[in-house]
Amino acid sequence: MKKYTDQGKVDTRSGFGAGLTELGRTNPKVVALCADLIGSLKMQDFIDENPERFFQIGIAEANMMGIAAGLTIGGKIPFTGTFANFSTGRVYDQIRQSIAYSDKNVKICASHAGVTLGEDGATHQILEDIGLMKMLPGMTVINPCDYNQTKAATIAIAEYQGPVYLRFGRPKVANFITDDIPFEIGKGIVLNPGKDITIAATGHLVWEALQAAEALENEGISAEVINIHTIKPLDTELLISSVEKTGCIVSAEEHNYLGGLGESIAGALATHHPTPQEFVATKDTFGESGTPAQLMEKYGLNKDTIIAASKKAISRK
Amino acid sequence: MPDYNFLDSLVSQVRRDILRMVHKVNSGHPGGSLGCTEFLVALYNEIMQIKEGFDMNGENEDLFFLSNGHISPVLYSVLARKGYFPVEELQTFRLIDSRLQGHPTTHEGLPGVRISSGSLGQGLSVAIGAALSKKLNRDDKTVFVLMGDGELQEGQNWEAIMYAAANKVDNLIATVDLNGKQIDGATDDVLPMGNIAEKFAAFGWEVILLKEGNDLKSIIETLKLAQTKTRKGQPIVIIMHTEMGNGVDYMMHTHAWHGKAPNDEQLEVALAQNPETLGDY
Repeated sequence: MKKYTDQGKVDTRSGFGAGLTELGRTNPKVVALCADLIGSLKMQDFIDENPERFFQIGIAEANMMGIAAGLTIGGKIPFTGTFANFSTGRVYDQIRQSIAYSDKNVKICASHAGVTLGEDGATHQILEDIGLMKMLPGMTVINPCDYNQTKAATIAIAEYQGPVYLRFGRPKVANFITDDIPFEIGKGIVLNPGKDITIAATGHLVWEALQAAEALENEGISAEVINIHTIKPLDTELLISSVEKTGCIVSAEEHNYLGGLGESIAGALATHHPTPQEFVATKDTFGESGTPAQLMEKYGLNKDTIIAASKKAISRK
Repeated sequence: MPDYNFLDSLVSQVRRDILRMVHKVNSGHPGGSLGCTEFLVALYNEIMQIKEGFDMNGENEDLFFLSNGHISPVLYSVLARKGYFPVEELQTFRLIDSRLQGHPTTHEGLPGVRISSGSLGQGLSVAIGAALSKKLNRDDKTVFVLMGDGELQEGQNWEAIMYAAANKVDNLIATVDLNGKQIDGATDDVLPMGNIAEKFAAFGWEVILLKEGNDLKSIIETLKLAQTKTRKGQPIVIIMHTEMGNGVDYMMHTHAWHGKAPNDEQLEVALAQNPETLGDY
């Protein structure tokens, strides 16, 4: 199995901050907005270097989305920053009408997604945001897996014309994507080729999927691990070619199984190549307070559940 | 000196367009549209500096955003009569495959429209963003936005009102269409908002009162006054008193025609009060 090395635990939101800082230096059209969460979103370096291109909106996310839509008129590329919960559900109609239906080139950048936000609890732990955003016509939805990929995705979406939802998180996690694994919107990445089971993972679950594949290999099971960072548009072609080989699939994500990556995969495969599928995701529940590790364990979002789901999927072939 | 003969004839023609559009599809919002006819005719024909043609970015020209998107008939008519798209296209209002959707949208590529609106309370935020974009671009033109009074019940407006004053968004002229009516009745019965002018002033806006919001001369003088107050550190709002349904006697002094189309006989009565001047579409 291909080896991936954790280059050191770091949060994906810092990857966003680093990407935004680089954009500040390279793309004068990029502007940033924040709703009173500069530190959490790691936006300070961009602000220090480009104070005139930063807008502190205050605790007023609806207004932030509208102002971002307006800033595109005149050619700016606005990046909004707040928690995932306040980037989506709180402002759904503002995004729907002023951004998506208005075809505005706004990049909605959302930190602290999922249960790994931790101790703040369910009021802040959104597990529905991928579903909300992917249902909007024309919206691109991206959930990168580590610091390096989040930085690359942040830079890539500035070059893409159209609204984007970029989802990342709070905890320090493994950083393992190397420079020879390029990021391209809409293109999944085969991190490990295999023949018995396809594991399609997004966000924080990608590292867990790699750990699961290693354990499965020790049991003689060959797992193909695919990093689906772009949930919409989904790389259906890659997924079909994989399950044509493996005959079964596990989807893994830090999100409700309703509306998430797994649902998108199931829809695509049901149409093109019906395949036994197991879902590693939260089961239509809210989260709760706890440490990120405790919550991933309690809500079944780790390598152990991916291993069990893989065996179950294989048994259904 | 404005050509009031031309503006008066345009007002009459726009009213006919509004009435014929909503009558044809038996849907739409004539009341608010008629109430803002003089304002939009004046704004587009005497006040705004507009470039030839249309591009979304609108750099180096004044911009207008309609927040209360349900009065789309008046916007469409004024845009068409200004030359943004063929006047004949008004006959497609609210029909399948039309660029003239029930509420305005950029999504069908209609020239003159830069934001979708209809879900209320969002236009002021968008206008602030466009004004900030102009400042970044060193563009000295002005952003205009029209809001309904009932629409001010949406909380997002107050986020935007607070932001614009705090951040000195002073290349922005907002207008509130104070007709005192909304779908369910008088605003004072549905949800009394108190003194709207005083509320804007308390938030730090430069407030201008326009008592005669259906009088072209008053509107033009007020908008020109507002233009002299831009770039002085405060956003500007015109509180414009209008009569919903203005120009059609039976549609005035009631909220009944907020979102209701006239029947055949009612249309004839209304059109007789507003003669054809520039040619029906």
